[in-house]
Amino acid sequence: MTAVAVRPDRAVATINPVAKLATALLVAGVLVLTIDWVSATVALVLEFALFAFAGVSARTFWLRTLPIWIMAPLAGVTIALYGEASGDTYFEWLFVHVTEGSVTLAIATVLRVLAIGLPAVVLFITIDPTDLADGLAQVAKLPSRFVLGALAGLRLVGLLISDWRSLELGRRARGVSDHGRVRRLPGQAFALLVIAIRRGSKLATAMEARGFGGTTRRSWARASHFGRSEVLLLIIGAAIAATAVAVSVATGHWNFIWARA
Amino acid sequence: MPGARVSARGWGWRHAGRDDWAVRDLDLAIEPGERVLLLGASGVGKSTVIHGLAGVLGGDEEGESAGELTLDGDHPASRRGRAGLVLQDPDSQVILARVGDDVAFGCENLGVPREETWRRVREALAIVGLDLPLEHSTEALSGGQKQRLALAGVLAMRPGLLLLDEPTANLDPEGVREVVEATRRVLDETGATLVVVEHRVEVWRELVDRVIVLGADGGVLADGVPARVLTDEGEALAASGVWVPSHPPRMPVRRDHGSGESLVSAEQLSVARGRRVVQEGVDLTVGAGQAIALTGANGAGKSTLVLTLAGLLAPAAGRVLAHPVLADGAGDAPLRWRSRELLTRIGTVFQDPEHQLLTGRVREELAIGLRALRVSRAEQEARIDELLQRLRLTHLADANPFTLSGGEKRRLSVATMLATRPPVLMLDEPTFGQDSRTWEELVAMLTSLLDDGNAIVMATHDERLVDALATSTLRLQPRAEVLA
Repeated sequence: MTAVAVRPDRAVATINPVAKLATALLVAGVLVLTIDWVSATVALVLEFALFAFAGVSARTFWLRTLPIWIMAPLAGVTIALYGEASGDTYFEWLFVHVTEGSVTLAIATVLRVLAIGLPAVVLFITIDPTDLADGLAQVAKLPSRFVLGALAGLRLVGLLISDWRSLELGRRARGVSDHGRVRRLPGQAFALLVIAIRRGSKLATAMEARGFGGTTRRSWARASHFGRSEVLLLIIGAAIAATAVAVSVATGHWNFIWARA
Repeated sequence: MPGARVSARGWGWRHAGRDDWAVRDLDLAIEPGERVLLLGASGVGKSTVIHGLAGVLGGDEEGESAGELTLDGDHPASRRGRAGLVLQDPDSQVILARVGDDVAFGCENLGVPREETWRRVREALAIVGLDLPLEHSTEALSGGQKQRLALAGVLAMRPGLLLLDEPTANLDPEGVREVVEATRRVLDETGATLVVVEHRVEVWRELVDRVIVLGADGGVLADGVPARVLTDEGEALAASGVWVPSHPPRMPVRRDHGSGESLVSAEQLSVARGRRVVQEGVDLTVGAGQAIALTGANGAGKSTLVLTLAGLLAPAAGRVLAHPVLADGAGDAPLRWRSRELLTRIGTVFQDPEHQLLTGRVREELAIGLRALRVSRAEQEARIDELLQRLRLTHLADANPFTLSGGEKRRLSVATMLATRPPVLMLDEPTFGQDSRTWEELVAMLTSLLDDGNAIVMATHDERLVDALATSTLRLQPRAEVLA
């Protein structure tokens, strides 16, 4: 599980994770409908204004969003080189056609990846898994058995990673790790599966012994509120999405993704 | 909240898909507030009884029951929360990420109102002596703390029956003391009935007022006050693997070995798990016939040091040096050796045998190293048969290693290392959770290896093991950063 990196004095940290999840999905959902550079740019500019209030330190922000800053240009370059050709051709070599159309498309793609990815990361690094589970069960009314089971299971991931390392060392100690790494993999994965099932069933027993999965109606030690700040976040998300669409349509850049040939 | 009453009348349980009953014809009555130590050889179904009382054995698809087992006159599964269960493995029973939430989990499931839940959480943490903020991460706890956390989680449910299934088997001596003391406070505060399963009698001896011994053919073998049962049945119990203080396992007689030829040295060695340095500046040399014990609290880097000396982990600083007589032309850094070259030089026995088992058959398991060394078929068969016999595994030659008992798995993992006859053995907690019989066999075998001029480095909490084998002891202190 990732450590939660937030300054608790800022509002975003205390907002219900369900609202964050919904907001990220809302912005993403609207932005994937079109592929023009205007809507993405508008959304990105508005988002950056809001990052300042998110309570995430600059260092954390750049560190956590680094994968997106790397991924976006890579996606852009690929599309510039191989994307649908149209307009003037700038450069041509075998399958590579860098054209006016492919470059425009590339720019739009880069901006879109950033506009969807950055707010998702910023909202998600302030989410604590336990709070998310509370929210999903109490606010989104998902079945508590499922949500809490998944939450507890998540804890096992760390144990299984260290099990995997031990399995690898174990194979070296047994004299079989010089060759056939790929061939050994299924066996090692099977051993991990056996260990995982065993750990999982022990955890399940421990949970059952504490009354989990019984017929009693569960109480919640931590209240999951969905109040004004949650609604406000959703409104902000909707406003960003709406502004992006409006500006894009008004300037004539909007194009539904399925309308493209 | 009075203690719960337990009653079994002709009770039995057979796990689905098994021919034999795990427990059969059990008759017993435990009065409210009694403190019972449940003993018996491996495989007599002690854990099954405890799980049955906790109501977690499951329904008809999990197995078949006979007779009657009741808690305050009802079926245990219908009295959720009346019995609280703490299991052996500290890692597998932490449920949530924060200390407070984890303790509150049981209360939530019982529908306890919010304010009442948090009142109980604070009270339970105070009783088990976990003086930590409610937001403290459960991941950062030691084994003893995790077990006390599990105890607090159970305690917050206000149980009338406390069920402990070898709760201290995986702990260092400090952790064992913590858990026993916490249990004592819980019982004094609540008056709950206690049933504890444990191989090591001395751990609970002072706390319990009744000992029940389960027989191998089902039913109760002996039942009464600890002093009498342990006197009458002590010898039989010890023979079946129970640690009885008056009948300790035989200590080996070591032929005295002075300073054998040096085999492996550590020079200003620092060891790390990932990037986290856990121990630094270690200097040691182990020679033929010597056994070095690495002791110290959890987190002091004992296991990491063993794995680094074994040529499995890279040193963070300094070096591990294999002397020429051991290296035998393979270079002086074990980490650089090929996996196959390790086989005839350094053998490593992991804390968890399952981490180094590779095949679906015991015999196959022993053949792997020999085949990697291209030992002739006849020689393979001869060595395997000899090892199987020496470690009492012959009757299991065709069994799947993952289905063996804890003691059998341990013996097998040692055997796999002995098959290729490395002069140096690295052992990581070789006696963790072992019954006294396996312990005795293991120690006897290691003694004869030492007498034959092999060297041993072992990370261990087991003071008895250190007494039996160690020619020198290195006590490691946890680094300050590790505690943070």
